[in-house]
Amino acid sequence: MPFKIIASQCTGCSACETQCPNLAISERAGVFLIDPEKCTECAGYFDEPQCVAVCPVDNTCVLDAALPRHQEPA
Amino acid sequence: MSTSAQHQVSCGGDISETLQVMATHKGCGTIGGSGKASCGSQAGIANLPIEIWEKVKNHPCYSQEAHHHYARMHVAVAPACNIQCNYCNRKYDCANESRPGIVSEKLTPMQAAKKVLAVASAIPQMSVVGVAGPGDPLANPEKTFRTFELVNRLAPDLKLCLSTNGLALPDHVDTIARLKVDHVTITINMIDPEIGAKIHPWIFYDHKRCTGIEAARILSNRQLQGLEMLTARGVLCKVNSVMIPGINDQHLVEVNKAVKSRGAFLHNVMPLISSPEHGTVFGLRGQRGPTAQEVTALQDSCESEMNMMRHCRQCRADAVGLLGEDRGAEFTMEKIMAMDIKYDEQARKEYQAKVEKARTANLVAKQEALARLASASSKIKVLVAVATKASGLINQHFGHAKEFQVYELSTSGAKYVGHRAIHSYCQDGHGEDSKLEIAIGAIKDCHAIFVSKIGGCPKAELIKAGIEPVDRYAYEFIDGSVTAWFKLYLDKVNEGKINHVERVNAAACSNALTSAA
Ligand code: SF4
Ligand code: SF4
Ligand code: SF4
Repeated sequence: MPFKIIASQCTGCSACETQCPNLAISERAGVFLIDPEKCTECAGYFDEPQCVAVCPVDNTCVLDAALPRHQEPA
Repeated sequence: MSTSAQHQVSCGGDISETLQVMATHKGCGTIGGSGKASCGSQAGIANLPIEIWEKVKNHPCYSQEAHHHYARMHVAVAPACNIQCNYCNRKYDCANESRPGIVSEKLTPMQAAKKVLAVASAIPQMSVVGVAGPGDPLANPEKTFRTFELVNRLAPDLKLCLSTNGLALPDHVDTIARLKVDHVTITINMIDPEIGAKIHPWIFYDHKRCTGIEAARILSNRQLQGLEMLTARGVLCKVNSVMIPGINDQHLVEVNKAVKSRGAFLHNVMPLISSPEHGTVFGLRGQRGPTAQEVTALQDSCESEMNMMRHCRQCRADAVGLLGEDRGAEFTMEKIMAMDIKYDEQARKEYQAKVEKARTANLVAKQEALARLASASSKIKVLVAVATKASGLINQHFGHAKEFQVYELSTSGAKYVGHRAIHSYCQDGHGEDSKLEIAIGAIKDCHAIFVSKIGGCPKAELIKAGIEPVDRYAYEFIDGSVTAWFKLYLDKVNEGKINHVERVNAAACSNALTSAA
């Protein structure tokens, strides 16, 4: 499952954007979005999802249960 | 005015073309760093080595005296942050360097550079460009350093300044030194991780979020290490500390010693700003801020250790203008895009040369007054208030003042002790009694108030409150005038013409200070 950003909670601080190893995060009109195609949950890069760790607002970067889990490369 | 030093910047046009024109232009003394030395006065400040004086003399935050003459601006290019502070709510703005409540306009480095040129053209006193957030500049290193590079190229006479929480500082000291950032402010609220954990709930470091005492320990180590590395490279460092009663107020004396021993140049103790409506953790928890007296007492107990900054205005991350005035609204991106920017370095130089002449005259007047005072021996100390717009002059009407500058006078001269914010008493020419009361309350502990002009009614009220309104030094220098007045005051006391009475710091005055914070 990729991560998603709850837009109503995002402060638009951009902290997550620079930390994502997959460049999956971008801004649209002051709010940040995660491209589910690109998000790997940081697997293979870091122990914890970087967007979650750096976001100042708890429970703003969350797993998107509606989408299937990302396939880790073999 | 030389036209070669003047460039028209059409905002609709291609900025890279403009950049090129400006980058190739080398006017007199445009080499960064030494630009101002040539036109500056030779008068240093007695207790500062000349090379340090050169660095601080035109910086309104690093030199109290300079803040009468020079302005600064902050460009908000750095929204992201890497730590969390309980006094900050980033849904709005950083409470640390800016008044909370209003979201700054986020700028790209290119927009920031344009804004710098626009402001420097409109405000010739502008000497310093800083990045102070609204997040942490070093959590946004590309944007911050790109901005500095652009300013270095386009307006090499401007000094660069950076404000950081210090977490990422050790990684960037070389870039800071390379880009000729002369002044760095580090916010250090503790050196004891137990205390730190109460102020900073988490940090994002080494790709992990750390919490609690461990996080505060890393933060503190990185801050002190960064400070040492910068001072070793000759970068002037100021330390800001937010004073939080019951949490770090006692501890800040230790912080003061620790940062002094690592070469910090100036320590700025600022009161915590915490209203529930700001939505910060401290605000919601009902953590109170210190009173003005508590701040002053702490500053006093640190003063024996090192220079304390007492003229800080806790500016917004996008503040523009002289300290105590915010002209940010005149320079929104929308307005700048519509402006025809003329960055005329020559005109700025000429203006600043005039400022320097006035400053030298001011220093001379101060020396003369001091010499006259030297003959008097007295233990008497009094506070006086001054209404001033800028330039170190007594040049504001009592009714128009939004704040008064307060000086302590003794036989060793006039010492700046702080500013008292008030709501201006007669905006539209009609005084309102309540505002006059507030103004008088704010300076109840002062013996006199120096103004350029004052109406009959407020004059009578001041006299009734025991404060002497003085308008005979209108448009003269503050230092020389207040010391001259003090000499006369002492003479009258000695001759038995007046009876010296101590005036106490009334509670009203602390309210005036904190309510404005
Ligand atoms: S979990 Fe990692 S990869 Fe996915 S958006 Fe967040 S930072 Fe990027
Ligand atoms: S870190 Fe959180 S608040 Fe900041 S932009 Fe990303 S999602 Fe929004
Ligand atoms: S917050 Fe204080 S130190 Fe920073 S620019 Fe304003 S006056 Fe200067």
